[in-house]
Amino acid sequence: MIAELGHIALIVALGLSFLLAAIPMIGSYSNNLLWMRSSRSLATGVFVFIALAYACLTISFMESDFSVAYVAATSNSMLPWYYKASAVWGGHEGSFLLWVLMLTGWTFTVACLSRSLPMAMVARVLSVLGFLTIGFLLFMLLTSNPFDRLLPDTPSEGRDLNPLLQDPAFVFHPPILYMGYVGLSVNFAFAIAALLSGRLDSAWARWSRPWATAAWAFLTLGIALGSWWAYYELGWGGWWFWDPVENASFMPWLVSTALVHSLAVTEKRGVFKSWTILLAIFAFSLSLLGTFLVRSGVITSVHAFATDPERGVFILGFLALVVGGSLTIYALKAPTMRAVATFGWMSREMFLLLNNMLLIVIMLTVLLGTLYPLIADAMGLGRISVGPPFFNAFFVPLVLVLSVLLGFGSVSQWKKTKGQKLASFLWVPAAAAVLMGLAVALMYGDGFHWQGWLCAAIGFWVIAVSLRDWWSKASKKRGSTFSQLFNMNASFYAMMLAHIGLGMTVVGGGLSSIYSVQSDVRLVPGDKVSVGAYEFNFSGTEGVRGPNYIADRANVTVLKDGKQIAELGPEKRRYFSGGNMMTEAAVDSSFGRDLYMAMGEHLGEGAWAVRVYVKPFIMWIWIGCLLMGFGGFVAVADKRYRRLSAVQSEMPATSTTA
Amino acid sequence: MARLKLFVPLAIFVALAALLWKGLSLDPTAMPSALKDKAFPQFSLPILKDEQQLKNQSDLKGQVTLVNVWATWCVVCRVEHPYLLELAEQGVRIVGVNYKDQPDAARQWLKDLKDPYAFSVMDRDGRLGLDLGVFGAPESYLVDQQGFIRHKHVGVVDDKVWARDFLPIIEQLNTK
Repeated sequence: MIAELGHIALIVALGLSFLLAAIPMIGSYSNNLLWMRSSRSLATGVFVFIALAYACLTISFMESDFSVAYVAATSNSMLPWYYKASAVWGGHEGSFLLWVLMLTGWTFTVACLSRSLPMAMVARVLSVLGFLTIGFLLFMLLTSNPFDRLLPDTPSEGRDLNPLLQDPAFVFHPPILYMGYVGLSVNFAFAIAALLSGRLDSAWARWSRPWATAAWAFLTLGIALGSWWAYYELGWGGWWFWDPVENASFMPWLVSTALVHSLAVTEKRGVFKSWTILLAIFAFSLSLLGTFLVRSGVITSVHAFATDPERGVFILGFLALVVGGSLTIYALKAPTMRAVATFGWMSREMFLLLNNMLLIVIMLTVLLGTLYPLIADAMGLGRISVGPPFFNAFFVPLVLVLSVLLGFGSVSQWKKTKGQKLASFLWVPAAAAVLMGLAVALMYGDGFHWQGWLCAAIGFWVIAVSLRDWWSKASKKRGSTFSQLFNMNASFYAMMLAHIGLGMTVVGGGLSSIYSVQSDVRLVPGDKVSVGAYEFNFSGTEGVRGPNYIADRANVTVLKDGKQIAELGPEKRRYFSGGNMMTEAAVDSSFGRDLYMAMGEHLGEGAWAVRVYVKPFIMWIWIGCLLMGFGGFVAVADKRYRRLSAVQSEMPATSTTA
Repeated sequence: MARLKLFVPLAIFVALAALLWKGLSLDPTAMPSALKDKAFPQFSLPILKDEQQLKNQSDLKGQVTLVNVWATWCVVCRVEHPYLLELAEQGVRIVGVNYKDQPDAARQWLKDLKDPYAFSVMDRDGRLGLDLGVFGAPESYLVDQQGFIRHKHVGVVDDKVWARDFLPIIEQLNTK
């Protein structure tokens, strides 16, 4: 019964989203206020019914109702309850329902938080979101219904959630990532609504900004969580593999980063309007493209869901309709007038334009690398592989250039900045960065690596510029500089946090790749292995039993200078259902370095193949991402966005922070 | 005129969509028909164990050989490795192509995880991989006694794949 209820709720939601896509939109053209107003109630209705469907599926999981095909495929009665609840998004159908839940949730949020917007704008935005909901719901009901039954041959036990997914990160990573992915749809809807109404002013940019920033922050956290998960769960010690699906989430991130910055320029200076609209369309299009790549089977990947060509055709059709349609509207309606505001070569506008260009170039290289096997195949060039070497060769230098420019851009002024002024402001951070880079390069590794120096210097440059900016802004205000440090507006803190976060990620990513020490060894109980300054003592393995697996756990103590500093217990697990063997790496994290240990094969007589890493600075990657995401939320919380009204819309902004 | 420029994104997207449409009808794990039943591409590459020693395509001849493309940067290869060891123990001759890899890391890998390969040639710049149309590691090719490619598999070879796709062909080749 529960599953049927869920199925009916999906159908009702589909009916309501047809109404949502049509009535307010027509109302906005015929100026029928009542029809426009219906958008909020309809959006609420769609959300309620999708939430009901989602609750039904969750109940089916909690009760282990294996007559529901999807539950039987992704759950097992032995799973702990929290994995049962998150197994809902452990496969294609359920994760898609989560996707739709997020989409309608965002729609509902827009409906609630849009009191200050003109009604026609609200109606159009919600209508566009309703239109997107139709597409996703049709896809789900026609090709991948999570409520399909397995009757009368109901299995007595489910096939279990993939053991790789049985990890705390699985509870958080997909929902947060999807929040980001789907959140980009709000900006898409704002962009389309703006094109339809021809209303492309700084007020529009100000309405869009918090949504773009929120989606971006979720996307940042989601990607970081995924990367951290891959790092400690997969047991291979890497944190980014340029897998097509990682790329699929990274490309919308790059474009939404560009969007967040370009919206700032559109809001403050009224330029880059068409470009901002295009970025909003691109960001969401790339998130749709990601869906297509993951769920259609055109590209092989470790993440790919069980695929079905019929689904691929459907998503591609929808992609063509949404992206093709929106780009057609763009081509017909985007403003072609040159903006009145002008800016010089050395201005904040110019640096932000460069930032946008670089981000788009990075996105395009990632896109090319991801699709290249497909392009080559389609053109009959044979099958050509593009591995991490391709991506790293382009990505690393471009990101370093981007970070260097960031330093200049974040402290320059709108319209025009004197070169001399910039130089006198920036020489201190530049000198600090060079010295910090030297210190790191001399302390780590055997001998001097200029790459290590460069990465560290550029990362510290970004951090140092932000700190210097903070200090100088505070000292210009009246009162004690120290107390003024904590008296800035939220958007300044947001920018500073995000930029420092990026700097830390650059330091972490660069240095952990260059200075990692690794050792693959065969250990028998009583053996020790030295990696860097650390000594790992292996005293043997013990059998441990989890809720649905048994494992061999190694007991390892780590010594530095003769003192014990950590205990590690990496595991080799065998899951009961399916007999999958999984490696559970043990990591001892600290600010300066991670000690990482993963068990390989059992070599007989108590001996094990073991991989040991010492990875300096790797924590900085995720601390940096956390700061970026946190910065995003701080920006969304800025009071400026909450007290705006439609009247304010034409007022030029005077604040200098972006 | 300025309006026309705004159609550029749309045009690019149409081209991309056409490509994706084509992609749907292609099977990424399928073997390129051009290579099937053709001779293994010519190569002359040093082997990992001794960089002075060169091997070429005629070293594959003589018995049915599994040519396995692998690399230390390839995360899935690590999953495949134990099964290759098992196959080698059963007497299957496996030749490795160490694809776009660091020789030191590769040697360390073989030392730690044991070496299932009769020998591994070093394809550092990926030229042999290009000739083979390597899509990504791991990839495996079944080469017959005369050095002709009989089957290609993209992805991990495990007992299921081996029994389903490889064994029938091997039996056929051995009875000939």
